[in-house]
Amino acid sequence: MAHRAYVRVLVDVDEIGKIRPLKIFWEDGRGFEVDRLLDVRMAASTRVGGQGMRYTCRVRGRQVYLFEDEGRWFVEARDVPAGNF
Amino acid sequence: MRTILHSDLNNFYASVECAYDPSLKDKPMAVCGDPEARHGIVLAKNMPAKRLGIVTGEVIWQAKQKCPNLVVLPPNYPRYLRFSRLMRAIYADYTHQIEPFGMDEAWLDVTGAGLSGEVLADRLRMRAREELGLTLSVGVSFNKIFAKLGSDMKKPDATTVITPDNFRRRVWPLPAGDLLYVGPATRRRLAGRNLRTIGDIARCAPQDLRAMLGKTGEMLWCFANGRDNTPVMAADESPEVKSVGNSTTTPRDIADEQDAHMVLMVLSESVAERLRAQALRGRVVCLSVRDCQLRCFTVQRRLDHATALASEICACALELLRARYHWERPLRSLGVSVSALQSRDDDEQLCMFPDAGRERRYELENAMGDIRRRFGHFAIQRACLIGCAEIGAINPRDDHQIHPVGWKNA
Ligand SMILES: [Mg+2]
Repeated sequence: MAHRAYVRVLVDVDEIGKIRPLKIFWEDGRGFEVDRLLDVRMAASTRVGGQGMRYTCRVRGRQVYLFEDEGRWFVEARDVPAGNF
Repeated sequence: MRTILHSDLNNFYASVECAYDPSLKDKPMAVCGDPEARHGIVLAKNMPAKRLGIVTGEVIWQAKQKCPNLVVLPPNYPRYLRFSRLMRAIYADYTHQIEPFGMDEAWLDVTGAGLSGEVLADRLRMRAREELGLTLSVGVSFNKIFAKLGSDMKKPDATTVITPDNFRRRVWPLPAGDLLYVGPATRRRLAGRNLRTIGDIARCAPQDLRAMLGKTGEMLWCFANGRDNTPVMAADESPEVKSVGNSTTTPRDIADEQDAHMVLMVLSESVAERLRAQALRGRVVCLSVRDCQLRCFTVQRRLDHATALASEICACALELLRARYHWERPLRSLGVSVSALQSRDDDEQLCMFPDAGRERRYELENAMGDIRRRFGHFAIQRACLIGCAEIGAINPRDDHQIHPVGWKNA
């Protein structure tokens, strides 16, 4: 099983309002740089539920779905005690 | 020939909840107004609940009798509105002619879209699934009536195409009651002449239907034969959850303000009851008045705060009447409705300093509602209604069926 892990995110907003996530902070405070933004689209998360703008990010060589949902941001996380990408 | 789609989000409220909690998909689940109070009603249910016989509109305890482990969730109207708007934004990628019908349905005229109706319908379904996590049923046809019938034929997540070649085979065997505007009363009258299917209506002589049902009869004949020409009315951001209202024609004319007060109280009580059952509050009270010469007018006022209290709705309606009507003639009918609706929870969150008096009035009206549900409508009555048996005895009928603008005027 997996769940929505709500996270703190550092984003860049440009002059026309386009949002680009730069860094994702895990709940233990560790921050992870977004190395590359691969895709942005509206999507529902079939794995953990929730819906919003989905940013497909490359983080430490792995692909991560980062969702902006009603003003909050979440990642799809496995149900393990210590989260790690 | 036109290409019209009717698109219907399946089990809308329940599907949105499942999109947020995928574990609910396989459990019987219902979205209900006011789950804490016993009088909340089922507003939507998912497929497993549907299979157990749970019906929209029934009271929570009845639903729980059919299914003791039913998961009951309160409505999240702001979220449903958001999904409704997102779906409309998807439609708008293909056409500007979008006629919403409630929060979860819409007609689209895609005649000039450059793609076949079926391809477009499948594309809409795919996008709803991927982008919103919801399923759609889409009817594709050459008029609005058949498109709507098509969207009801296969659920969930399906496209149904009704063409000039296949409508006799696909539409005509359906029961007459499936046709828009055939309510229970019309259905009974048609059945009295042994007209039981849409095909029976289609094959009937239009003048016979006119003799039986007036103008509506001819309209139904046109619908049944695929001759509905009403356009898809592009409505820009029409109000999604519209209003809750009730009107009544009294057994005798309403002669003075005291009579009017009683009628307004009866109407306000039923409106308030329905608002509370759906966990809604409204900010605008609208009064409609018709005198004995059938002259009518409508007035409305915005309140300082949203309400679902019969006493507040009635007081406002009465003020509106006083300001506008001076009893030149008796009245034939009165109507009260409440709009600018919001969910009850929003209302409570906004209210930083709750008014203890209002809270107590809510408790009082909730208690009255409980007594009426258990012992009947007349088990408890406001003192102001006791004086007049005739008016106090009105048990107002719901008068809130919503039809798309266009037909009645067409
Ligand atoms: Mg629907």
